[in-house]
Amino acid sequence: MSKPRDYESIPGTYVYDAERGRIGYALNMFCMSLNRAENRKSFKDNEAAYLDRFGLNSEQRRTVLERDWLGMLRVGGNIYYTIKIAFCDGLNFQDVAGMMSGVSKESYAQMMLAGGRSPEGNRYKDGAPAESDRG
Amino acid sequence: MAKIVAGIATSHVPAIGVAMDRGMTGTPYWEPLFKGYGPAREWLAKLAPDVAIIVYNDHASAFSLEIIPTFLIGVADKFPIADEGFGPRPVPVVRGHPALAWHLAESLILDEFDMTIANEMPVDHGLTVPLSVTCGQTTAWPFPVIPLCVNVVQYPPPTGARCFKLGMAIRRAVENFEQNLRVVIYGTGGMSHQLQGERAGLINRQFDTAFLDGLTKDPLALTRITHTEYMREAGAEGIEMVMWHVMRGALDENVAEIYRHYHVPASNTAAGLMILENRSVA
Repeated sequence: MSKPRDYESIPGTYVYDAERGRIGYALNMFCMSLNRAENRKSFKDNEAAYLDRFGLNSEQRRTVLERDWLGMLRVGGNIYYTIKIAFCDGLNFQDVAGMMSGVSKESYAQMMLAGGRSPEGNRYKDGAPAESDRG
Repeated sequence: MAKIVAGIATSHVPAIGVAMDRGMTGTPYWEPLFKGYGPAREWLAKLAPDVAIIVYNDHASAFSLEIIPTFLIGVADKFPIADEGFGPRPVPVVRGHPALAWHLAESLILDEFDMTIANEMPVDHGLTVPLSVTCGQTTAWPFPVIPLCVNVVQYPPPTGARCFKLGMAIRRAVENFEQNLRVVIYGTGGMSHQLQGERAGLINRQFDTAFLDGLTKDPLALTRITHTEYMREAGAEGIEMVMWHVMRGALDENVAEIYRHYHVPASNTAAGLMILENRSVA
């Protein structure tokens, strides 16, 4: 096992690293297929059947079918890939960002207009030591 | 001899392209951002470069996770517009510059930068939005383009220091090209933004301002920013800013800041633009 990564102390962030790359490949390659218009149509026509063509595990399937955007990241989804499912649904990056951060579309948009989410208080998970404190 | 005359740093937010494609640039939301692009377009039209090298990242468009090139150069004579999942942008096909691109590929590899070479690839918003931002709406882009892709989608991207050194090697290669060409180089992506997770929407104006200041005055100090620092301070996707170092490394040590523009928000992102000119080309 490799050592814990210092970026793991960043809250609410899912770095697409080697670990996630190993578990997320099939999920992300399904998303990649949605770059083709005919595949987007097949997916929308019958999502479950379309997913059968890719080797997703059951939890990955669930997150896609339920549009559990945060869940997708936890099972190896890469945001640049999973966003393609949102595009299929007529959603954009800001819609999905609001859903991932658990607020309404309106309050997320308002936060962005007011200058975005401040880094103050959002740099470290609660109780996570700063890198300089690590052994 | 070819010469790099200037560098342009700009964000490549997809929503900026959508706003242009759908005629929304005059809306209250977008107007302040696009107003700031005006002076950059005037400057670039006046400069009229012969060719542009655009450093950007592909976003699961030309390349998937199947093969992940860290540094890649496009040597084709034309690059079609990618379908990223919602149809291709309605913008002109991008013309390449195969002679200079192949020269760069050869020179960079022999200079110990192990480039991947692409003979065919579509280009996505990472490349077309910077063109739209700096050239406006057009039926044909005003100059040929050499796409240079940097992986920032699969961690880890190359370090800022490595990107800067690639820029230095690009400059050496350009200056060894026999034809007289005036070249601009774009570094794209950023600035602070996070698209994913509960922390989506992070913006750090202080970090971005210091980055813009440092780009002119002390770029080597910026190359020491670690990946974790980018992600913690500038958002997970703020790590795209490593690509600005390629542009900066290709310029003189002493550059003149010609123009800057910074606006929040463009969708989830702090949009920045900066123009730097080599002093030796005054």
